[in-house]
Parts: sequence; C-alpha cells; structure tokens
Amino acid sequence: MTADGDGMSTAGTGAGTEVVRVEHVAKRFGPVTALRDINLHVDRGEILGLIGDNGAGKSTLIKILTGFHRPDAGRIVIEGQETRLRSVAHARSLGIETVYQDLALIDGLPVYLNLHLNKELTHRPLPFLRRREMRRRAREALDSVGIEIPSVTAEVGQLSGGQRQAIAVARSVHSEAKLLLLDEPLAAMGAREGTQILRLLRRLKQRGDLAIILIAHNYSQIVDVCDRVNLLQHGEITFDRRSADTSVAELLELVHAEYRIDA
Amino acid sequence: MAEAGIDSDTAPAAAGPPAPPRGSARAAGGAVLRALVRRRELSIVLVTIAAVIYFTVAGHRGFNTTNNYHIIMQYFAPWAIIGGAEALLLICGEIDLSAGFVYTFTPFALTSFYDAGATVPLALIGALAVAAGVGLLNGLIRVLFNLSSFIVTLGMGFFLEGMSYIQSRGEPVPPPIGGGLQQVIGGSRWSELIWALAIVAVLQIALSATRYGVYIQAAGGNPLSAAESGIKVGRVKVATFMATSLLAGFTGILDQVRVGSFDPTSGGNTTMFMAVASAVIGGTALLGGSGTVIGAMFGALLLGIINDGFNLIGVNAYAFDVVIGIAVVVAMLLNVYLASLRKRALR
Repeated sequence: MTADGDGMSTAGTGAGTEVVRVEHVAKRFGPVTALRDINLHVDRGEILGLIGDNGAGKSTLIKILTGFHRPDAGRIVIEGQETRLRSVAHARSLGIETVYQDLALIDGLPVYLNLHLNKELTHRPLPFLRRREMRRRAREALDSVGIEIPSVTAEVGQLSGGQRQAIAVARSVHSEAKLLLLDEPLAAMGAREGTQILRLLRRLKQRGDLAIILIAHNYSQIVDVCDRVNLLQHGEITFDRRSADTSVAELLELVHAEYRIDA
Repeated sequence: MAEAGIDSDTAPAAAGPPAPPRGSARAAGGAVLRALVRRRELSIVLVTIAAVIYFTVAGHRGFNTTNNYHIIMQYFAPWAIIGGAEALLLICGEIDLSAGFVYTFTPFALTSFYDAGATVPLALIGALAVAAGVGLLNGLIRVLFNLSSFIVTLGMGFFLEGMSYIQSRGEPVPPPIGGGLQQVIGGSRWSELIWALAIVAVLQIALSATRYGVYIQAAGGNPLSAAESGIKVGRVKVATFMATSLLAGFTGILDQVRVGSFDPTSGGNTTMFMAVASAVIGGTALLGGSGTVIGAMFGALLLGIINDGFNLIGVNAYAFDVVIGIAVVVAMLLNVYLASLRKRALR
C-alpha cells in the first residue's frame, strides 16, 4: 500500500537483499516423503518461478512457507534470521502472504471486507468496524496496483474470475507483505485474464519491496514473468537458473524427461 | 449481512439505466421493488404489516388492544430471542435443534442449584452457566469430531428432554424466584418484551458492526477460505453455539418465571422449530453465509401475530401449523428467487 506503482520502480533484480532462504527442509506425511531436501532463496524485487510435476511437493513447500505445515528438518531464514513459523497467522505477521488456488475469498462479503479479512479495522477500544475507512483503504489498495473493480462494495461472488484473482493478490500485498506466495494463480483462468494477472505481478515486482514465488504449469508464462526458475522433482530442487538463461523447451524437456515412454 | 454498509454505494450500480419517466407512482413502485430485492428483511416487514391490517379488520375490536399486544408478546419474545440466536448459527453454517430443550431444562438446573442451598442469584448464574456449557459441548463435539450439528444437537435435545423429566419427576414446580429479581426476569408485565428487543439489538449489532459478525459470515459462507485467512472457524462456531444455548436457557427462565411455573412439558421442539422458522422466514439462508437477526425478529413477530390472530378470529388451531408450513417454504423460495434477482440487478 505504500507505493503508487510507478513511484519506486527501481527493480532491484538480482542484486536485492534476500527475503527468504530455505535450507535442507524436509517433510514427511506418515510413510510419504513429500520434501526430501529443499534449498532455495528469493530476493527482494524478484519473482521466482517454481515448477514441477503434480505431487513433486510444490504445494507442501508453499504450505511450509505459509506456516500451515511445520518442516520435520531444515531451517527457514527470513531476512537473515532463522525463524520457526508457528502458524499461518504468525507467518502473516512476518509479512508472508499467500494466494491460494481457491483464492480464499468469501463470496457473500463485499470486496472491501474481503481485502481486510481477519485484519478488520475497528474503533479501538470499541469493537465496532470502521467500514468507511476500510472502503477507503480498499479503493486505495486496488488503485495502487492498478486493479479495476466497479465498486469496493460489490460482493465478491458477483465478480469475474480475473477480478477475483486480482482481489486475492491485492489482499495479499495490501499490508506490509515481504514475501508473496502464489499457488497456481492462473490455473482456472482465460488467457486474457491470465495476462492481466501477470501484468499485476510485474507491477508488484517493480515496487521493489516484495519477493514473489509463483507456482504455475504454463512455462511460457513462467519464463515471461519470472526472474529465475526452480524445478522441484521428488522433493528436491534439481534445477535453478535465471529465466534469461533457459527456455520453455528446456523446461519442458527437464520436467518430462523422466516420463518419456521409450526412455 | 454486510448490506448495512453497502447500500449507499451500491444504489447507483443497482439502479442501472434510469427508469422511463412514466409517472412518479411507477418510479416509486420501482424503488420499492429494488429496496425489496436488496433488503430481504423488508419483504417480511411488509407481510407483517399486511397481517396486522387483516387481523385489525377481521378481528373486530379485539386485535388492537393492550391486552392482545401482551398476548402477542408472549409468543414473540421467546421466538425472537432464540430465533435471533439461531439466525447467527445458521449464518455460520450450523443449527441447534436442542435449543428448545435447553429452554426446558435450564429452569430445572436453577431449582437444582437452589435446592442444593445456593441463593437465587447464584442459582440463576449457575443455571445460565449450565446452559452455556450445553452450547460448549454441542460446539466442541461438532468441531472436534466433525459431526454434523444436526446430529449432535438432535442427540443433545433428547438428552436434555430426558434430564428435564428426571430432574422434575415430570411435575411442574413453582419458580423459587421472588421480589425485584422476579420482576426483572419476566415478572413485570412487559419485562420479557424489553429483554427480547434488547437482546435482538445486541445480536444484530454483533452481526453487522463487529469483527465477530464478519467471521460468522465468513465461517458459514466459505469455511475453508475463512480458515486460510487465519480465522479460527472452530472457535467462532463454538462461541455461537454457546451464545445460542445461553440465550435459550435464559429465555426458558424468563418465559417460565412469567408464567409462574417451571414446566417440563414447556418449550421443547415446538419452541425450537418456531425459532428456526422465524429465522428462515426472516430471510436467513439455511446453508449459511447470510441472514439477519432483525429479520428473525420480524419472522417471530409475524408468527406471533398469525398465531394470536387465528385464535382471535376463531380459526382452528391446527390451521396455524398449516400456515407456518406454507410460510417457511414460501419464504425459502422467495429467498432463492430474490438472491438471483439481486445478482442480476448488481451485475
């Protein structure tokens, strides 16, 4: 909510400070090893693309970073400090925000309440909602990232898929977010709406204060919008390269090599 | 519902292209229609007014008398209080079928404490704590074991019905409450009405003006999303179960102190169904996510007026149930229809 988009477009790609570093993280669910040994890092002003086959552990990794699952082993370092994420609320308080596949929006509530969900403003010490202020801030937040919605008082259930996605993203970066996690934000979206979301991510990146991890299956979008790509296979990161130094063809080859029928 | 805050801003969007200026009556009709579409409780208010007019005309001079208002209050108050609480539960996606038996049982919890040597105020507090405890148990079983609230509270209802008969040995007992306290909780002529209006006001404010209200709408509208946003859905539901039981228990004491007898055959399923019917007729969705306490209150008022009016004009009491049956279904149909109209109007 701080910048108005163009105010601080000093894309600190590459040379930025590290927001999160994951070291040797492992996670088992009973007999199933979801994550074997994960090492990755993202910098401020950087978009990291995370690819991998279904069941490779992408969602588990995201859920560990959001504080939903606790890792069995390894360390998570946030801005230089080793941190144990105790819960989703704890992770959020540290500036780690997530946009889930299902968007986690409440259809029956208006846009401005969705943007403030579980962070509602009240007239302290009285418990009453500050609706007017929340509407104002919601409008501001949407404007600052260039999202066009007819009215912040419209119920979210009445908006299009792309608008809903945009609202989910806007909510995540609404307060002091440092790390934004997006789990397949483009999966259920048309090409035009998907492009709008990618533009939105690029604008957020240009703000320079945010690190983004993006899970997606569409490799051309990944190569397009991400600064760096990591490939997750069988619970390990097996490939880490700058998008400029790879191609859609190479990524496809990497992911599908092990499944080739005549291998 | 969140509409409270929406109206001023959505009005232009909902209005769409301006109606052709064919005369102000038509425009006014359109405005009423739009208001009806947007504020679901308004339709029930109109029906209530129609019922009042009908019974005023058909009921001779009997309907508009203070004595008759007092009789309507006796129907209205318990249904409005428990109905308001059930509305909150329905909004967060749950239902409490045991509320009527909490109403029945709580007075006997009071007499048990009293017989064991507690003072009346202490016994009252103890009984209300028992009522809240029932809600806690309902909520915990619902949330921890993920049993449907329908089953949990059905069982709890039977359990409490049995406990009421055991505790009372099947006999009504005079309330051990006297003096000023008795006047305050049901004794004085309009005390029950004042309690009902005050409780409805508090519940509606909690729903539309506090974070708790947002949480129950979120918990009922989309529990998964609510949880992902960090809302403690289970805790919200347990708290609402507790509020419902506490209010049902309090209503049981209030109502039966007014009558002057703690009766194990009072309340029960009839009271529970009337409360749920009030909420549903008042526009609360059975599947959760939306509804209002005020709507439930008007639902209770309408049911009270119909009940009283039928007595007054000498309609067979059985016909009342026929009307309620139709009213509940029609109200639900209207809800669904208005919801789709709303969607179209706001597109």
